[in-house]
Amino acid sequence: MLRGALALYVHYAKVSIRSQLQYRASVVMGTVGVCMITATEFIAVWALFDRFRQLRGWTLPEIALFYGMISISWALCDTVGRGFDSFGAMVKTGGFDRVLLRPRSTVFQLLAQDLVVRRIGRLVQGGAVLGYAIAAGAIDWTPGRVALLAGAIACGICAFLGLLICQATSTFWTVEGLEVWNAFTHGGLLMSQYPVSIYRSWFRGVFTYAIPLACVNYFPGLAILGRPDPLGTPPVLGWVAPLAGPAFLVVSLQLWRIGVRHYRSTGN
Amino acid sequence: MARALQPYAAVVGVRFRMLLQYRAAALAGLWTQLVFGMVLIMIYEGFYRSSTADVQPMAFPQVASYVWLGQALLAMLPWNIDRELHAMVRSGAVAYELCRPVDLYGLWYARAVAHRTAPTVLRAVPMVMFATVVLPLVGLDEWRLEPPVSLAAGAGFALALGCALALACAISTLVNITMLWTIQNDGVLIIVTSVVSLLSGLLVPLPLLPDWAQPVVRWLPFAGVLDLPYRIYNGHIAPDGLPLVLARQLGWTLALVALGRWWLGRGMRRLVVQGG
Repeated sequence: MLRGALALYVHYAKVSIRSQLQYRASVVMGTVGVCMITATEFIAVWALFDRFRQLRGWTLPEIALFYGMISISWALCDTVGRGFDSFGAMVKTGGFDRVLLRPRSTVFQLLAQDLVVRRIGRLVQGGAVLGYAIAAGAIDWTPGRVALLAGAIACGICAFLGLLICQATSTFWTVEGLEVWNAFTHGGLLMSQYPVSIYRSWFRGVFTYAIPLACVNYFPGLAILGRPDPLGTPPVLGWVAPLAGPAFLVVSLQLWRIGVRHYRSTGN
Repeated sequence: MARALQPYAAVVGVRFRMLLQYRAAALAGLWTQLVFGMVLIMIYEGFYRSSTADVQPMAFPQVASYVWLGQALLAMLPWNIDRELHAMVRSGAVAYELCRPVDLYGLWYARAVAHRTAPTVLRAVPMVMFATVVLPLVGLDEWRLEPPVSLAAGAGFALALGCALALACAISTLVNITMLWTIQNDGVLIIVTSVVSLLSGLLVPLPLLPDWAQPVVRWLPFAGVLDLPYRIYNGHIAPDGLPLVLARQLGWTLALVALGRWWLGRGMRRLVVQGG
């Protein structure tokens, strides 16, 4: 069953990528473009450090670790989660009816919906920024830290995916896709590029307890850097907190299930 | 003169009223930009609190005002496209544009004016309310958008903002014209977006960029669409610097309009209408 699903997913992915590659120039330009946009974003961060030298005791290579981790998580989530991100259009046109008719789970089908190749641009940027953090010697590597880095990135994908699923679930009620969620996805991405200790406590609370982006980025980031938390949390938290990402995903999948039951087709 | 301009004014009016219909979208966008504005201000707050240098090129309250103006007037920046115009070029309906008894560049420029102002008006008013009234009420006084530093600064800002609009529309129209060559101009658009967001001061206020970059960014056209008017507003440029600011903005506008007209003329000669 699982192997069959995996094979089908790979097939879907191939079809999606092949169809985009029909417009090769557009894909190449798009990827280069996303690279450029994200690169200018990091140039801005670099420029601020060039002028201010440090951010409440954090150095640029340390920031680059947080920045790189969350960028990679978002890029990977954004590549597979497109179906949820643009779900509003599907509800509006009644296209979701077709999804319900097929003998596979709705989540599976939406994940396979549309793999956007040019999102690789952000992955490249995230990788480069993380590479800079590593090359600048911000991290004292141990096997545990390598595993934590990979695990935190994976948990970050779960957290973002959970957000996109919540966003898609809300359209069962509103029909129209809601840009309101961008504040949490794109806003959350911007927020996570810096250690949350620099923000006000109420703001930190939202992105720790309600939306666990700090759990998949800040706390494991501290453990990887081997830095004590300026907020005073115990170091062990970095190894446990990322699990809030998958937990959030599980909760959002439950909400999704409720939403699907609530779904009424707009007709065609 | 007035009669000659009438059709273009009509285009601006009609498009403006049409774009004002998208209120829900503007409201949703507003919420996102509020969050963005607050995150950015907290980041700058962090940098300013930890700065060891005595004097920074711009004071923190000035940066806060600069950030809010940027969020309020985001839709004025020449980065998103006129989707209808885009669809027209793809479908071939652009041929109808050629039949109209008006100057095509003027027509497209008029569309750009509406496209840059209507969404801006929808967003700017509630955003400014939030940043000037709500923030102090909830105890975040130091984050607020301050009023212009003086009456002269306010008047200068209004003038410079008008010129910024003219310049932004010239850049937008130029981007739209590239469509005649590429049909699918996503790539051009993304490149323009990244260049504009960095060099206009949207990502970082331009005075905070490295000192060696200052002479370059100051003379590029992009500073004119955002940085220069905002710095008049927050007092970073004194009112007696206004004539130079306006001269830069208008100089670039004239140059880019001339370039656009020439380019559009060339594009029209080689235009192959899509479809039948």
